[in-house]
Amino acid sequence: MSVIKAENISFVYSPGTAFEKKALDNVSFEIEEGEFVGIIGHTGSGKSTLVQLLNGLLRPSAGKIYLDGKDIWEKPKKIRNVRFRVGMVFQYPEYQLFEETVYKDISFGPGNMGLDEEETDKRVRKAAEFTGLKEELLEVSPFDLSGGEKRRAAIAGVIAMDPDVLILDEPTAGLDPLGREALLSQIADYHKVRKNTVMLVSHSMEDIAAIADRILVMAKGKKYMLDSTANVFAKGDELEKLGLKVPQVTKIMMMLRKKGINVDPAVLTVDQGFNEILNCLSAR
Amino acid sequence: MKDFIKIENLYFQYESSEENENRSYALSGVDLTINKGEFVAIVGHNGCGKSTLAKHLNSIYLPTTGDVTVNGINTKDDDRIFEIRKTVGLVLQNPDNQIVAGIVEEDVAFGCENIGVEQKEIRKRVDNALKAVDMYDYRLHSPDKLSGGQKQRIAIAGIIAMEPECIVLDEPTAMLDPQGRDEVMNTILRLNKEMGITIILITHFMEEAVLAGRVIVMDSGKVLLDGTPKKVFSQVELMKKHRLSVPQATELIYRLRNCGYELPDCVLDEEECVQALEKLLK
Repeated sequence: MSVIKAENISFVYSPGTAFEKKALDNVSFEIEEGEFVGIIGHTGSGKSTLVQLLNGLLRPSAGKIYLDGKDIWEKPKKIRNVRFRVGMVFQYPEYQLFEETVYKDISFGPGNMGLDEEETDKRVRKAAEFTGLKEELLEVSPFDLSGGEKRRAAIAGVIAMDPDVLILDEPTAGLDPLGREALLSQIADYHKVRKNTVMLVSHSMEDIAAIADRILVMAKGKKYMLDSTANVFAKGDELEKLGLKVPQVTKIMMMLRKKGINVDPAVLTVDQGFNEILNCLSAR
Repeated sequence: MKDFIKIENLYFQYESSEENENRSYALSGVDLTINKGEFVAIVGHNGCGKSTLAKHLNSIYLPTTGDVTVNGINTKDDDRIFEIRKTVGLVLQNPDNQIVAGIVEEDVAFGCENIGVEQKEIRKRVDNALKAVDMYDYRLHSPDKLSGGQKQRIAIAGIIAMEPECIVLDEPTAMLDPQGRDEVMNTILRLNKEMGITIILITHFMEEAVLAGRVIVMDSGKVLLDGTPKKVFSQVELMKKHRLSVPQATELIYRLRNCGYELPDCVLDEEECVQALEKLLK
């Protein structure tokens, strides 16, 4: 059974006013348990609106969202439980750090869930470990951390709630290449160990290419496609028309194909590109 | 003009707090000269000192030891600080933190008003600046309704209106989507080529750095490499040793070349890469 199912959802901002704007238009999809799904789309395509609907921060103007087969808005007063189960890491989450120590900040979520101290402690330490935060940093003020560490602390705060679905909105934006790579591989490791569902919104196609099983492409408030990572990037031309960019090495393969050289267009990383070219060379 | 910006033996240490007495130097011995009209990209990891260096160029930070001069004026010269800031404008990463007014053209005029430009002249400069970043049609819009790329171009227009000779941009595209990134990069290239403004671009994106005329790689507060993009990115091993990336096109050709295939020394973008591979595969 799918863990998340969106059924014909639409969302309108400021309905009935001069600023009325349809952000999502009749979107349907299903996400299976344990999947790693990337979400890409141009700015204004509805990605962020969509993820806020999935954890009940916004309520659809039309359509339904199911979590484990249950309509999340069936009992609006219980929507809080949905937010515990679908954890959301916002863009630039480090701006939301507020506590005196990193430990207290990470334990804020589990505390709100009503967990006892022992369980909370376990989860805080585990979450810190998952995100690569050193133990000794738990007792310092979050404001004394570096940018990358702050980001990790904020993500740990959501992971500590142990959500069944973890949604991350641009978790690597603004980090340097090294920090990006490290954080992504930690998210991938976390996904492998915890075996939960992860949805990652990103502008960085390179990031998504390396990590996601499937990709949901949004365009102008609609679902443009939802398919395996290789199939999505094989349609590089279409992605470019949507104002998206494929990884440079994918683009190189596309350009070679246009010149009549028969390479596989679904090449997503330099490693794959390297092997593909070697194959072509040895096949001659 | 030669030696437009001159950095000599620059060391910089952030002020130490009580717990943190033995802070290391953020910059330790930087020597650079930048000529008028150059387009220089500075790359390096977080903490390598590139933003600290940028903030030295218009007197936001002053050297702990060493000197920085802009157009012959030492940045430590307190009486001439406004001259320096009029000469070197700074654009930051987050467009939302740089917008102050409720209407685009008012926002662009803000800097000019502060340096006491005459009303009529402001009108002219604001219009020209908005045209230069291709945002003239939006002059009466509210900035909060614009995309990230558009906001960043408004921030750049605000700097252009002050008619600086040099613009320093500190990761101006880090928070933008691919299209916004292209918009901003095209604007930067145009300012450099058509208006002759000296550009110093700090970036993590190697695909942006290859567009510059000169690339400076910083590491641990020092200059590691300094040269044309071809010269810098041909040093794939050295870049990797310092855990810096090179463009995917460059890496692909480099690795194939290492397997003994006849390929050019260094390619920088997908066109060059495809050309090289086409020859090899046909």
